[in-house]
Amino acid sequence: MRVDAIQNGIVIDHITAGRGMQLYELLGLGELECPVALMMHAVSGKMGSKDIIKIDADIPVDLDVIGYVDPGATVNFIRDGKLIEKRRIEMPKMLTNVIRCRNPRCITSVEQELDHVFRLTDEENKVYRCIYCETKAKV
Amino acid sequence: MRSIIDVRDLSIEEIDELIRIACDIIDNPGKYSEMCHGKKLATLFFEPSTRTRLSFEAAMYELGGNVLGFSEAQSSSAAKGESVADTARTVGCYADIIAMRHPKEGAPYVASLHAGIPVINAGDGGHNHPTQTLADLLTIYREKGGFSGLTVGFCGDLKFGRTVHSLINALARYEDIKIVLISPEELKLPSYVKRDVLKKNKIPYVQTTDLEDAIPQLDILYMTRVQRERFFNEEDYLRLKDSYILDPKKLVNAKEDLCIMHPLPRVNEISVAIDEDPRACYFKQVLNGKYMRMALMLKLLEIL
Ligand SMILES: [Zn+2]
Repeated sequence: MRVDAIQNGIVIDHITAGRGMQLYELLGLGELECPVALMMHAVSGKMGSKDIIKIDADIPVDLDVIGYVDPGATVNFIRDGKLIEKRRIEMPKMLTNVIRCRNPRCITSVEQELDHVFRLTDEENKVYRCIYCETKAKV
Repeated sequence: MRSIIDVRDLSIEEIDELIRIACDIIDNPGKYSEMCHGKKLATLFFEPSTRTRLSFEAAMYELGGNVLGFSEAQSSSAAKGESVADTARTVGCYADIIAMRHPKEGAPYVASLHAGIPVINAGDGGHNHPTQTLADLLTIYREKGGFSGLTVGFCGDLKFGRTVHSLINALARYEDIKIVLISPEELKLPSYVKRDVLKKNKIPYVQTTDLEDAIPQLDILYMTRVQRERFFNEEDYLRLKDSYILDPKKLVNAKEDLCIMHPLPRVNEISVAIDEDPRACYFKQVLNGKYMRMALMLKLLEIL
């Protein structure tokens, strides 16, 4: 895989420098068997420096995770070596099973089957709260 | 299917309507005595709270309905490891409405997603207890005729006291309210409540450690218990628990029509010498709690 060109897949661009690794982990990219490249502190005209993730396979990616970690990142969908869609990602209103509630008094701490769901309660300050116990998510 | 998990689930208009219904129940109890005939309330208490459970049960009996349920987790299927969702689905087949208390935060919300019938949160850990707040609001309304223009003092454990946070939240929606926060340094109202509720709604408030000094300006004095389990060591608890005891001496400069409230049970933060004072409203609060639960069940069951 050449890092700069992929045939079919996704390029997550304009990731705030330093957040690439968190995104890589939350998206579970380490578990994929296809070629994945994480480039950190790439030089960017606009942002000074940025992170980039390239996934060389046509696989579904949870855009909510991207919107949560780094709203403002762009996702480029590549088919046959051509850019077919460029999407700016916004903060999702709800996050399901992306982050876990850490409150030991929360019902999710004793019921393993429950989805861990967080709701965006304050867009301005990017605050997500557990829908069960209202504990703030640590971003 | 409407459930009440948090007092903020109710709009100010809906709260006003519940107050109106509760007042009508108080004035015309006979009119309501058969309104829930054939209806069943399930009281699912995964941790014991006799006071709250009896209030719900009495409320349903006074509406002519019936009650089933359990009063502690050991006697329920939860002891065998059943999930809250499954318990809710099962009970939803038998009952028309659920009142649920659970030690874990959010458990009644989970139940409300699966029961298929209305769920009322009867307390989920230290999180929410909306019917207590409704009882408090009815008490203030009946004693003062409304909410605007009142100076409301909260005394004791303002840090962990969920009844305090919840009532402040509810009062912040009314106009011209002033809040006086009286507590030891260690138990002050958390800054997020001050920021997200008081400052956001432009509610004027003052903080003080001196109960006696604060009393003369108050229309309402809401006392709370300083709980032993909130402290890391016994010494701190013993030092603080007696600092905010209300006794007749502290009431000397209080208003004639002060309304003294307490979510009960009390330990010793209100001297029994005050119980006969006409300003003591904490047992009225208990009674008002039953009337608000009646009103709430009538609304959730869509009978009214
Ligand atoms: Zn939670």
